[in-house]
Amino acid sequence: MIEALLPSALDLARFQFAFVVVWHFLFPAFTIGLASYLAVLEGLWLWTGKAVYIDTFRYWLKVFAVAFAMGVVSGLVMSYQFGTNWSVLSDKAGPVIGPLMGYEVLTAFFLEAGFLGVMLFGLDRVGKGLHMLATSLVAAGTFFSAFWILSVNSWMHTPQGHVVTPDGRFLPDDWWAIIFNPSFPYRLAHTVTGAYLTTALIVGAVGAWHLLRERRGAPAVRDAGMDTGTGGAAAAQPFAPGSLVDGGATPDHPAPGSAGADRGEEASERGPNPRAKLMFSMAMWMLLFVAPLQAVLGDLHGTNTYEHQPAKVAAMEGHFETERGAPSIIFGIPDPEQERTRMALEIPNLASLYLTHDWNGEVRGLKDIPREYWPTNIPLVFFAFRVMVGLGLLMIGLGLAGGIMRLRGRLYSAPWLLRAAVAMGPAGLVAVTAGWIVTEAGRQPFTVYGVLRTADSVSPIALPAVATSLAAFVVVYFLVFGAGIWFLFKLFSQTPRPHEGAPPQGQPIRSAGITPAPSISAGAARPGPGTSGAAPQPAE
Amino acid sequence: METAMDLTGWAFWLPLIWAVLIALAVFFYVCMDGFDLGIGILFPFMREKAERDVAVNSVAPVWDGNETWLVLGGGGLLAVFPLAYAVVLPALYMPLIIMLLGLIFRGVAFEMRFRAENETQQLWWDRAFSWGSMVAAFTQGIALGAFVQGIEVRGRAYAGGWWDWLTPFSVLTGVALVVGYGMLGACWLLWKTEGPLHRRAVRLAWPFALGTVAAIALVSAIMPFLQPSFAERWLTFPHLLYALPVPVLVAFLVWRFFHALSRDTGQGGMADAWPFIIALGLFALSYAGLGVSMWPMIVPSAFTIWQAAAPPSSQAFLLVGAAVLIPIILAYTGYVYWLFRGKVTSESGYH
Repeated sequence: MIEALLPSALDLARFQFAFVVVWHFLFPAFTIGLASYLAVLEGLWLWTGKAVYIDTFRYWLKVFAVAFAMGVVSGLVMSYQFGTNWSVLSDKAGPVIGPLMGYEVLTAFFLEAGFLGVMLFGLDRVGKGLHMLATSLVAAGTFFSAFWILSVNSWMHTPQGHVVTPDGRFLPDDWWAIIFNPSFPYRLAHTVTGAYLTTALIVGAVGAWHLLRERRGAPAVRDAGMDTGTGGAAAAQPFAPGSLVDGGATPDHPAPGSAGADRGEEASERGPNPRAKLMFSMAMWMLLFVAPLQAVLGDLHGTNTYEHQPAKVAAMEGHFETERGAPSIIFGIPDPEQERTRMALEIPNLASLYLTHDWNGEVRGLKDIPREYWPTNIPLVFFAFRVMVGLGLLMIGLGLAGGIMRLRGRLYSAPWLLRAAVAMGPAGLVAVTAGWIVTEAGRQPFTVYGVLRTADSVSPIALPAVATSLAAFVVVYFLVFGAGIWFLFKLFSQTPRPHEGAPPQGQPIRSAGITPAPSISAGAARPGPGTSGAAPQPAE
Repeated sequence: METAMDLTGWAFWLPLIWAVLIALAVFFYVCMDGFDLGIGILFPFMREKAERDVAVNSVAPVWDGNETWLVLGGGGLLAVFPLAYAVVLPALYMPLIIMLLGLIFRGVAFEMRFRAENETQQLWWDRAFSWGSMVAAFTQGIALGAFVQGIEVRGRAYAGGWWDWLTPFSVLTGVALVVGYGMLGACWLLWKTEGPLHRRAVRLAWPFALGTVAAIALVSAIMPFLQPSFAERWLTFPHLLYALPVPVLVAFLVWRFFHALSRDTGQGGMADAWPFIIALGLFALSYAGLGVSMWPMIVPSAFTIWQAAAPPSSQAFLLVGAAVLIPIILAYTGYVYWLFRGKVTSESGYH
């Protein structure tokens, strides 16, 4: 009796994969968009020469370094999960999915890792053009990575281009068909767009938060002075002379190195913090156009899923009966035992309209599909889908509100809009996670849809081994990534300033350009630059 | 082997080419992340925070790329030798998971230790960096030892127990890799730094190198007794002639290494680079010795590279990309190293 209640090694292996992949994807969901945002900011700076772009670039570069590092180390775990916990899948499907992941390493991981160092520390070692190239290559790398890994994932949802041997192994037959399998283009577009929206929401929330803080009578600039001002040394020298970001080269960017100049410039800035405005404005443009686009892409992806994985869509919709003119269930409680969705709040005919593009089209329900094809956790698929769609609608709403307030000239001064943007900061991450839960819980009980069952994919692992490793992952992830995320919030809370964090004096190179100075609380505990031999000194 | 010899054409050559490529990827990883991890292993000997900062700075721009070779090794194995991947990873379940956790601590500490807000935080991130490096190195060595000792296989799956990896020999190889990485780290530091840290690195290089040499000798002495095929490879007549150059070259390099170390001038230039280069040579020879023992098995005592190989279509498809991309990767990796060349000092950082 008790054994029946305890999870099996298979359950724990599944939970472990879910745990490490959800944690992992939080970082790429943010950094895919952030890398492109950084490339755009640097490009705008090179094009216009306006300091606000490079200042904002530097502000987000610090964030990128931390988030990217967490993405790398959590991603390393993913590349071993397939072997440690899903070795039978690896043996059987390795000849198909392995080479695609190999291409991910060769085209994306090396590119990102190789040029990240230049992007972070090469400011004064390469020219502006080469640095721009490095930033662009890192951004391209994040896209290539998404391309290949989503191709693998999509093939497992909609497998084609292979033959199955008598002993159940998948052998490649047509690589083009494998890579561009039916669900891949939709999944790629939907996921990458989701990542861009995630970044836009975070950037917008940070910008809005600083605009709000200013309104509350705490001028950001004065705050910044406190943030960085352990003795003013750091604030006085936010620039390492000779760094690429040689503001001295442009009129907008006076020669670095003098406290007076910086402070003077900050004080002379009228109105709201221009960097916070830039962040908020760019984020609102992004939401205005891309959030509705994402709804269209999501609908196309859903239609494609309906074609290939009708059981998943039926679970998403809570449809048990096959019917013409199927309603869309806004809310309800799907009950697989009784084979109906209880307390359903419905809009008639809507599901037929968006799934079949016909008011009276027939929509398949779960009862028409053999039970062994049903997703194993239908309520999870159902509710996660509503979380994703609900947040997507809120994003569209926020984008529209931003557009209207911009037309009225009150984009930066409507407190309710700014508060809404702050509240929506994590919405992208939540929506992306919910979306992955929909698609992955929805494809159960298969790893390779319709062909290889999850139960037949797992390693011959003993329960204690997988339980122990799961516990270790849980503890370490909360500890390490918890600390990392807490630090990201510290970075978000720092006011974006002019001459933002160029490689500061007295900070080791890795932190160069990352933390302008010891921050508020503990600054005094640490020797400020130039005050102690313990701290490395700048080269002049 | 009988079945292997029946293979002709691409079915013969592709697994061979890929075995060499994956072996090279793992070797690049061992060398490049070896000195990164070595710096973490040497952390307890660097008492000044400024010294630790410089040491970490010396690898900060490149460590991420260095670690990527490990992903290529793992990913390549899945793509080209999926059977080996599916058997070896469950066999080494625990050491590999602990290694990954160690690398998580190490990787995040890279970013975070400079951002600590007070000395307590600083201390803990330094510990995360150092302990993470040691744990990763130790478990990599354990994994290597357990792998070489042989893996129990039934059908196409691992059939051993969950503690099979833990043996005196695997603990020895674990310690050996920690000491060996420590040597690489010391040699890297004495090349890339100057002043007190350079001198400290020279002093540290001695004991770590002596330990490495002892470990090489000990492992080499035990190896022939682990598997009959190893003994045959190393101790019977015509094989002996081919194998003999390896220990002779090791002895030569050890001599040149200590010679270079004892002549340390701290003046920079090539003289400072030699210990590091020779240390890499020692790693290369040990690795080659391992390769000679293993050949042509990819899962010792179970599968040859041909038995574990994916169909030629999978291997060829990835090889086309690898042939184009690996030279490009090596070129830009070299460029990044060149960009950050020269001594790293606390005064200048990279400026």
